Amino acid sequence: MKEEMKNAMERHILVVLPHPDDEAFSLSGTLAKHIEAGSPVTYACLTLGEMGRNMGNPPFTNRVELPGIRKQELEESCAAIGIQDLRLLGYHDKTVEFEDTALLDGNIAAILDEVKPSLVYTFYPGYSVHPDHDATGAAVVRTVGRLPEDERPTVRCMAFSRDHELAIGRPDVISDVKGFLKQKMGAIRAHRSQFHGVIGSNSLTDREMQERFGTERFWTYRFN
Amino acid sequence: MQLIDFNEIQHRIDELRDQELYIHLEMTTGAYAAHMDASKHPAATFISNAVIRFTHGSISGNGPYRVGLKMPHGWVYSEGLTHFEETERERLILAGHDGQGKLVVALQLSREPF
Repeated sequence: MKEEMKNAMERHILVVLPHPDDEAFSLSGTLAKHIEAGSPVTYACLTLGEMGRNMGNPPFTNRVELPGIRKQELEESCAAIGIQDLRLLGYHDKTVEFEDTALLDGNIAAILDEVKPSLVYTFYPGYSVHPDHDATGAAVVRTVGRLPEDERPTVRCMAFSRDHELAIGRPDVISDVKGFLKQKMGAIRAHRSQFHGVIGSNSLTDREMQERFGTERFWTYRFN
Repeated sequence: MQLIDFNEIQHRIDELRDQELYIHLEMTTGAYAAHMDASKHPAATFISNAVIRFTHGSISGNGPYRVGLKMPHGWVYSEGLTHFEETERERLILAGHDGQGKLVVALQLSREPF
């Protein structure tokens, strides 16, 4: 069942992702759309992506300076999308799956309690390729799952592992973001250490851009 | 980052000899290696801010370079190094970047934790 995303105003939207840039390709257009509808967005980013391999070509930074660069890029991406509340949770890239789950879940629970979101975006645990993605999604699902059923926000997940649709089916929320490509491309371009060469030149036509970037897809997490 | 200057790196290694140092040593194929190409075997390992001391160290090869550090009870070894951070005076920041600029290997030494 496909359901075109209704752009109703949400009380508050919470985004929980592990790396600066995780928002860019699969979520930024949808967030810009929510923000235009008047929904406040809080983005909790667990790490600074300090173990990333991309640093430009030729490399314009190094292992030691990369976290600071990626923090700036994330702030620029948020500005492009219109996100005003960015939380950096201070975990270390590649280690989320090894973290003390009480600490991690407590951190997420405190933010849930503070902003009381009606909608949460994260990765689909088990179907999101990077161990940090899966561990972040698992922590969100665990923590939201502990809330009383009538207080639980909707959780929408991103998934992109090989053959994920065989396990979790087709996405049930399709978000048309063709009207928000300016914000989305701004977010992607902000992460210049990571996506140099990914977008290439500006030679794509408007139509190609819309086909490549104009749709974002989500799976609503089923708790029961 | 600049391409490694052999003599400069040997000089810096010598300056760090016989003292307690924090080491960051890393090698990675990237977490997405198998996602992009199922025949690839993704692997990565790093150790960050372990304390070592070496008594003898040198750089070798014609580029990409190797570095070996002899410790009282063992060795630190790294191959595939291409770049160093020329603006760092106190710390030694070495890395190997592949043809797309992606980091493959890193060897870093510092008197203070990273």
